[in-house]
Amino acid sequence: MKTLFKSGLVKSGLVRSGLAAAVLAAAATFSAAAQAGPTLDAVRKRGEVTCGVSTGIGGFSIADSSGRWTGLTTDFCRAVSAAVLGDAAREKFVPLSPQQRFTALQSGEIDMLTTVATWTLTRDASLGLLYAGVYFYDGQGFLVPKSLGLKSALELDGASICTATGTTSELNLADYFRANGKKFTPVVFEAQNEARAAFFSGRCQAFSADMSYLSSVRASDAPNPDEWQILPDMISKEPLGPVVGRNDLEWFTAVKWVLMALIEAEEKGITAANVDQMKESANPEIKRLLGLTGDMGQRLGLDPGWAYRAIKRVGNYGEIFERNVGPRTALRMERGANALWTKGGQMYAMPTR
Amino acid sequence: MSVVAIAPTRVARGWNDPSFRALATQVIVLAVLAGTVAFLATNLVGNLEARSIRTGFGFIWQAAGFEIGQSFIAYGASASFGRALLVGLLNTLVVAVLGIVLSTLAGFVIGIASLSRNPLVSPLARLYVELVRNTPLLLQLYLWYAVLTQMLPAASAAPQLLPGVYLAKSGLHFPVLQHGAGLILVAALVGLVAFAGHGLWARRRAELTGAPAKLWPGLLLLLLPLAAVALDLAATTSFDMPRPTRFGFSGGGMITPELTALLIGLSLYNAAFIGEILRAGILSVSRGQLEAAAALGLTRGQALRLVVIPQAMKVAVPPLASQYLNLAKNTSLAIAIGYPDLMSIGNTIINQTGQAVEVIAILMSVYLTISLAISAFMNWYNSRVALKGAS
Repeated sequence: MKTLFKSGLVKSGLVRSGLAAAVLAAAATFSAAAQAGPTLDAVRKRGEVTCGVSTGIGGFSIADSSGRWTGLTTDFCRAVSAAVLGDAAREKFVPLSPQQRFTALQSGEIDMLTTVATWTLTRDASLGLLYAGVYFYDGQGFLVPKSLGLKSALELDGASICTATGTTSELNLADYFRANGKKFTPVVFEAQNEARAAFFSGRCQAFSADMSYLSSVRASDAPNPDEWQILPDMISKEPLGPVVGRNDLEWFTAVKWVLMALIEAEEKGITAANVDQMKESANPEIKRLLGLTGDMGQRLGLDPGWAYRAIKRVGNYGEIFERNVGPRTALRMERGANALWTKGGQMYAMPTR
Repeated sequence: MSVVAIAPTRVARGWNDPSFRALATQVIVLAVLAGTVAFLATNLVGNLEARSIRTGFGFIWQAAGFEIGQSFIAYGASASFGRALLVGLLNTLVVAVLGIVLSTLAGFVIGIASLSRNPLVSPLARLYVELVRNTPLLLQLYLWYAVLTQMLPAASAAPQLLPGVYLAKSGLHFPVLQHGAGLILVAALVGLVAFAGHGLWARRRAELTGAPAKLWPGLLLLLLPLAAVALDLAATTSFDMPRPTRFGFSGGGMITPELTALLIGLSLYNAAFIGEILRAGILSVSRGQLEAAAALGLTRGQALRLVVIPQAMKVAVPPLASQYLNLAKNTSLAIAIGYPDLMSIGNTIINQTGQAVEVIAILMSVYLTISLAISAFMNWYNSRVALKGAS
C-alpha cells in the first residue's frame, strides 16, 4: 500500500478520472435495470435534490465558513428544490471540478448540474445530457495587470496566457488567436486556483476565463483589485445553464420551466417579498404562474404552488442576479446581456399558458 | 518413489486427482473472470449507447482545436487529438528519462555521502534524505514551482546571464543555432570514437608497461572536434537569439519553469530514495572486501569504484527498478503545475470529447507500456550485473 500511495497515479487526476469512469461504467451497467422511475420520483423519494456545483466561484457557487453555499447557480438549485419538493425542500450540493462534472451527471450521481458549464453543441448532443436553458449569458475574456497598459486583447500577441483545463477556454483561445493571426503560449493548469496563482505570481501576462469568473477572481483573489483590469474584448459566447440527464424528459421540462418562472416573475414584478400580495392580483398571467388558476403545475408533474414556492424562496431572476453578482456585490457586474428582453437583454421567458 | 511402489492401489480419478482438480479450478476461475469482464463490457457499451453517449476511438483523427504550451514535434490547434496525445507522450518521456538520469546521479552522490566518514557530510546527507522522503512529492512540486515563478525576475527585468541567455519567470531563454546542428552531431560522434579508441590503447599500454592510464588526453580528443566545429559555426552561421518583446521573449530556445520545477522536484525526491537504496547496497558488501582491496594496494576511490560498487549494484538493482517505475508514473503530477504531459493533455481531451472511458483506456495502456519497458530494461541490466558478479 505504501508504494501505491506514493505513486503519483493515486494523487493525480488519472485515478480520479479513472474512478469517475469506473463509476460511470458501473452505474451504466447496473442502473439500467434500477432506472424504472424517472428522476422526479427518485428526488421525491429521497426528499432531496442533488446538484453538482463548481468548487468555489464567488457569486456563482461558493461555500462560506459555515458550509452554506451561496451564489447564482446554487440559488437556482434551491428554486428547483422548492418547486419540486414543496415546503420540505432540501438540496445537497456536490462540488465538482470541470473534468468531473459531466461524468457525475452521466453516472447519475447528481440530479442536475448547476454550475458554470457552457452550453455547446457537442455537450448537448453527444454527452448524454441536455441543457435546460440559460441562467447567465457569459463570454470569455482576459484579466491583465493595469501596468501593461493594454487596450485590447489583440495586443496580447506573443504573451503567455494562464488558463485551466477542462473548460472551453482552451479551445476559444486557440480559435481567437488563430483567427487574428496572432501567437500565444498557453500555460494550462488542472485547477482554476493554480492557474490564477501562477498568473498573480507573474508567470503569465494574462489570465483567461469566463468574464464572470474573472470578476469573481478580481474581487476576491487579486492582491489589490484596482491594479487589475478585465479587457473589454469578449472572445466567445458562453451561455451558462443548468444541465440534466438525457434519459428523463419530465425532469428536463420541470427544470426548464422553473428557470422560465423565475424570469417571468421578474417581468411581472413578482418578488420574494411581494409574492403573497401578488396572489391578490387580477392579472390572469400572474394568477396562472402562481397556480391560482389553470393547471400549469399539474402539466409539469408538480403541484399548483411550484412557481410560488420557488419565487418565495430565492426571489425572481433579477433578485438572484443582484444579490449574488450585481453592481452592489464585490463582483460589480452589470446586467448587460442578462437583462430582461424588455430592457435590451436576452432574458426571455416563454409564455406560461 | 518407494511409496508408490508399496501402495500402488487405485489411481485417483476425477475430483480426487489433485492435478485435474487444480486444472479444473483454474479453468473455472478464468471462465468466471472472462465472463464477468465480457458482461460488464457489453453492458457498458450498450448503456452508453442507450444514454446516447458517443463511443469509439474515431475522435483520435479529429482536429483537437487547442494549443499546447510545449511540444517537441510540430503541433498546432488544427492537428488531431492523436497528435496531441503524442505531444503529451513525448513531454512525459522527456521528463521521465531526464528525471531517471538526474535522480540516479544525485542519488549516487547522496548515497556515498551518507556513508562518508566526514563529520559534516554524512549528517547533512542523512538530513536531506529524511527531509525529502518524508514530505509529499506534490507539495515539493508546488514549492519548486512557486520558487521559480515567484522569485525570478519578470521578463522585462530579466538579467542577461551570458550573451543572449536570459533567466526570467517565463523560463530560461537561450540562443539556438539556425542550422549546422548536424555538424555538431558528427563532431560529437568523431570525438566519442576517438575517446573510445584512446581508452582502449591506454588500457593496453597500462597493462604492458604498468604506467597508469591518464584520462585527460582522452577528454581532449573527445572535446577537440566539438570545439573546432563550435568555433567554426560561431564564426559562420547565425544564431536565433531570444529577442525581448513587450511580453517576454520571442525566438531562441526556452526551458519553461514548469519543466524545470517538475524535473527538479522529481529528481530530488527520487534521489533521496535512490541514495538510501545505494547506501543499503554498499553496506551489504562485507567489510572484508574493502580490507582486501586495501591490502592489494588499491586507493579508497579505486576500491569503491572497482570492488564495492559492482557488488553493491547486484543488491541495489531490483529496488532501483521499482524506484524508476515510481518516477515514471509520478510524472503525471505534472498537471498540477501546468506542464503539458500525457495526463494533462488526456484530461483536456476527455473534456473536449466527453469520452472518458476511451481516453482513460489509452492513458492506462500507455503508462503500462512505459512501466513494462522500464521493467524489461532493468531486468536485462540486473541479469547482466548478476552474471558479471558470478563469473
